[in-house]
Amino acid sequence: MFSGFMVNTWTVASIVAVIAGLVGFFVVLRGSAFVAHAVPSGSFAGAAGASLVGVNVFVGLGVFSLLGALSIGVLGRRGRHDVGTALSLVMMLGLGALFLALSDEYAQQAYSLLFGEVLGVSSNELAPTAGLALVCVLVIALLYRPLTLSSVLGEVGEARGVSRWRMELCFLVLVALASTMTVPVVGTLLIFSLMVGAPAAARSFTANPLLALALSVALALAIVWAAIAASYTTNYPVGFFVGTISAATYALGRVWAAAHRRRSASP
Amino acid sequence: MSDAVKAVFETGFFTDQPVHVALAVGTVVAVITAAVGVFTVMRGQSFAGEALGDLGATGGSAAFLLDVGPLWGFTLMSLAGAAAMELIGIERPRGRDLATGIVLGAGLGLAALFLYLDTTYHNTTGATITVLFGSLFAISSSTIVPVAALGAAALAIVLMLYRPLLLSTVNADMAAARGVPVRLVGAGYMLALALAVALAAMTIGAILSTALLIGPAATALRLTARPGRAMLVAALIGIAAVWLGVLLAYDSYYWPPAQHGWPVSFFVVTLIFLSYVASGLVARRRGRS
Repeated sequence: MFSGFMVNTWTVASIVAVIAGLVGFFVVLRGSAFVAHAVPSGSFAGAAGASLVGVNVFVGLGVFSLLGALSIGVLGRRGRHDVGTALSLVMMLGLGALFLALSDEYAQQAYSLLFGEVLGVSSNELAPTAGLALVCVLVIALLYRPLTLSSVLGEVGEARGVSRWRMELCFLVLVALASTMTVPVVGTLLIFSLMVGAPAAARSFTANPLLALALSVALALAIVWAAIAASYTTNYPVGFFVGTISAATYALGRVWAAAHRRRSASP
Repeated sequence: MSDAVKAVFETGFFTDQPVHVALAVGTVVAVITAAVGVFTVMRGQSFAGEALGDLGATGGSAAFLLDVGPLWGFTLMSLAGAAAMELIGIERPRGRDLATGIVLGAGLGLAALFLYLDTTYHNTTGATITVLFGSLFAISSSTIVPVAALGAAALAIVLMLYRPLLLSTVNADMAAARGVPVRLVGAGYMLALALAVALAAMTIGAILSTALLIGPAATALRLTARPGRAMLVAALIGIAAVWLGVLLAYDSYYWPPAQHGWPVSFFVVTLIFLSYVASGLVARRRGRS
């Protein structure tokens, strides 16, 4: 499980988990699970398009997740936010269907793009993943205070000169960055459960934001490591384990929160 | 004149059996999703609509594995998803968003497993594409009757709940004060949504199901404020998009690159997306004058 060809997988997966935990914290804080689902799923079209024209998958993913994020931002500002998100998502998936239909080699590749492939991580995926992760961490470190303020108390932030619209755009770009790096390991559909399950569970364990952020990263790492180990031993797809373990973690968090509340309520 | 007609409708368009089925099913689905979709948009539950479609696809891949009809897989899984969302569901929109996300995440994980097993046991690598992306041209005419029956059920629920649903959508507090069982009405609506989305996802694919549920309804609600009229307009937009999309997809077999038809879902989604953007421009011009 820890032999030579798996080292890349463990490294890349750990980086992806850290970023998913960090970005996911803001996803849960803002109640933006739909965006976290739409941007990575839609970026699938970019991967399909990249293989059609023959450029690097990362380029296709990056372009499409940014396009999707901007489209959500613009449509969401002018109308209902969830409608803008839904229509941006289906438009990108429609393009993905077109790219798939126009290219010949697809079925198996489409599956691993959507649901991830543990054994397929090569060493030349390491550098772009690490680079994108670094950018993500820098952006979050710079924007932590205004982004948190604007996410929790938009009006107060606005009064202190933090533009909600600008923060929304920054958040969307963060989600796009996180989506771009996901494909090698967890796939476009399952990065979403990592970005929602781990931080949501973390929030039910603690109310302190910084503690929740750290816990969210730790839980995401634990989920990904457990999923890879399970996938390696059983041969079942890693996405299955990521999805179900994330949901189970969240359920655990809810149970813990409920028990805690009852204990503090009774004298 | 007849040359021009021939250039638009490629040979055989009106006599082709799959085209007839695609147009009929597409029309039924467009009408049902329009009626349900107006409330989905007004209640801000697009995410639930999208998630139930994906969950339906999970059920579809399970049905494929067990060799039972896809109809049962799609419907049961979509209903189970709606029930789970109602159970976890918290009243605030943010909590609802999270509940939808958690259920969807677990469902997608299961989909990964089922599709993996499908390709392992059935040796058909195309299962992923068929289940997730669907195709209007691949519907067998025997599914039309059960699809119509389920659709009628969804439509009946919406029409029966119309007044209390509208009231609790616009102002939940006022509805509660007038004795409307808001929670129960919401659950009834989720049932209708699950049925409508399941049959849409099964017949036309999860992508098109979301597109037809949200797009025409949102477009119509920008053009008219009255929900009843919005349902009519949405149905017309949906039908127009499906028919035009099927026509373009049929014609596209003669487009480059050779031997590759362009997918129906691409055309329908593009038409719906463009109509939504255009309606935004119309609404803004109207607001300015």
